[in-house]
Amino acid sequence: MTRIFETPLYPYERSADQDAEAPVRHPVIVVGAGPIGLAAAIDLAQQDIPVVVLDDNDKVSFGSRAICFAKRPLEILDRLGCGEAMVEKGVTWNTGKVFFDERKVYEFNLLPEDGHKNPAFINLQQYHFEKFLVDRVFDLQAQGKPIEIRGNNRVTAVDAEDSHVSLTVETPDGPYRIKADWLIACDGAGSPIRAMMGLDFVGRVFEDNFLIADVVMDADFPTERWFWFDPPFNRGQSALLHKQPDGVWRIDLQLGWDIDKEKEKLPENVIPRLKAMLGPDIRFELEWVSIYTFQCRRMEKFRHGRVLFAGDSAHQVSPFGARGANSGLQDTDNLIWKLKLVMGGLAPESLLDTYDMERIHGADENILNSSRSTDFITPKSEMSRIFRNAVLDLSEHHAFARPLVNSGRLSVPCTYDGSPLNGPDCAIMPARTRPGSPAPDAPVSCNNKEWLLGKLGNSFQILAIDVETPPSVCVGGICADRVTLSTEDNPALRERYLGEAEGAVYLMRPDQHVAARWDHWNDEAVRRAIETATGRNVSGLAGGLR
Amino acid sequence: MSGLNLDPNLAKADDFYESLLAAHEGLTKAESDAFNARLILVLANHVGDEGVLSQALEAARLSRDETSS
Repeated sequence: MTRIFETPLYPYERSADQDAEAPVRHPVIVVGAGPIGLAAAIDLAQQDIPVVVLDDNDKVSFGSRAICFAKRPLEILDRLGCGEAMVEKGVTWNTGKVFFDERKVYEFNLLPEDGHKNPAFINLQQYHFEKFLVDRVFDLQAQGKPIEIRGNNRVTAVDAEDSHVSLTVETPDGPYRIKADWLIACDGAGSPIRAMMGLDFVGRVFEDNFLIADVVMDADFPTERWFWFDPPFNRGQSALLHKQPDGVWRIDLQLGWDIDKEKEKLPENVIPRLKAMLGPDIRFELEWVSIYTFQCRRMEKFRHGRVLFAGDSAHQVSPFGARGANSGLQDTDNLIWKLKLVMGGLAPESLLDTYDMERIHGADENILNSSRSTDFITPKSEMSRIFRNAVLDLSEHHAFARPLVNSGRLSVPCTYDGSPLNGPDCAIMPARTRPGSPAPDAPVSCNNKEWLLGKLGNSFQILAIDVETPPSVCVGGICADRVTLSTEDNPALRERYLGEAEGAVYLMRPDQHVAARWDHWNDEAVRRAIETATGRNVSGLAGGLR
Repeated sequence: MSGLNLDPNLAKADDFYESLLAAHEGLTKAESDAFNARLILVLANHVGDEGVLSQALEAARLSRDETSS
């Protein structure tokens, strides 16, 4: 059977652009058809902005790679029309077990909060994830939406000018030139676009190697995340076992720094390691083996004129905590609505600088968390190992030590506190829904069939809860339509959005983040907040987030 | 502001010191290091207060220009 990641999904086809006399100019070109590039393109096409995706191959990701997708990205994917299929295919888990040496030191249950459509996260191979996105692209094409993926189109030169970006693209038929008003570079951690533009990418290198093996087995291991510190089968190192769909298990083994990578990847070396881990009686088959090292780093700025970097091309983190693909999806979620307004002449170009500010804030939070996890998992000094082991030993006996065990802090979205796009707050309302926050989901019908986030997104909106408001407010071409809700028989909505207030008016951004909120209707204040949230209030855009 | 107490606070200082040494008796250097690390974590959790803990980290550094509270 041919595996999904070995099948060409968007094989090379000659484009009319290759026969044009002068380079054809497109509104937006996305480079890279990984999870982030595809999400960006789908978001644009759904909003009728023509987009061309250039990819240097014609298949989904080789091997499982990113396998944990958290709730916020799943909510974004719902907005993009492909979240449900992923959740259905994915493996949902809540229990994690932590082992130290030969003992289980503790287990935890994520106990996700009730009243959300999506689970805390799912495990799903990146190749399935990308396949769902590619299917969505084909659906949009069938609906006549302006989206195109060009396989085996490799960008070999980029020339970023003030008014547009010119690209040279290599294809099986030879090179051609093409232009874009805007270029979104989603071409991964090794970003050729970034390199061709001579841009920085500095940070911290972690001197360690990890072996990832995907094995297919029929073992009856429970659907749990198992993490080992210093286990007998991988002394002095760590290990992770995680379930994926189709009977595939992800095994991560830390190998240390001074190893021969090519030799460690050979099945005759990998299989004995896995047998030692799984026990002699478990039958398994290797699907994919890879060795990776990692760095925590980011670009100084994600926006360079008309070139916008998103995902791993802009920032890279260690894999602990699943913050790579998850944060990249939040990048494009943040970027696309801003780009749409700027392209439509409804917001100043400086609105795009807030993409930089808000997502650098997110990237820094992710780098901080994943660096801390890495320092716990792979202690770099004798004393850090002593403290790490002390935490693990204590965690077996005393609850207080368990929050200190850090085998990855799982990805949660950041709040854009201090963003220049934020408007007024209302102090008696809950902190979790303050301006800058991603809107928490809540049921909006008693049978859990309708969800708040299903009603939000893609444009500015007025969320009116137990307050009378006009049906819409328009300011300079931007209209915010009303979504009316009641907290009657809906304690989750009340707890998340009202707190001690009698009613609430929320101004929501197109990316489902809160822009501003009040406990009563004030037409003038809402209009001002829309101006602020669209960057028209230029004086507020200096500096970064506090 | 209630801060780190750097004045004498152990009612029976000699007794505590003796128990501390006794706890290490018979341990190897590695076992003692591990014990000390666990003890620090237990005490830090008991203190809890971030401000007090950061003052404690500072006090333990024995910076020369430190002014006692």
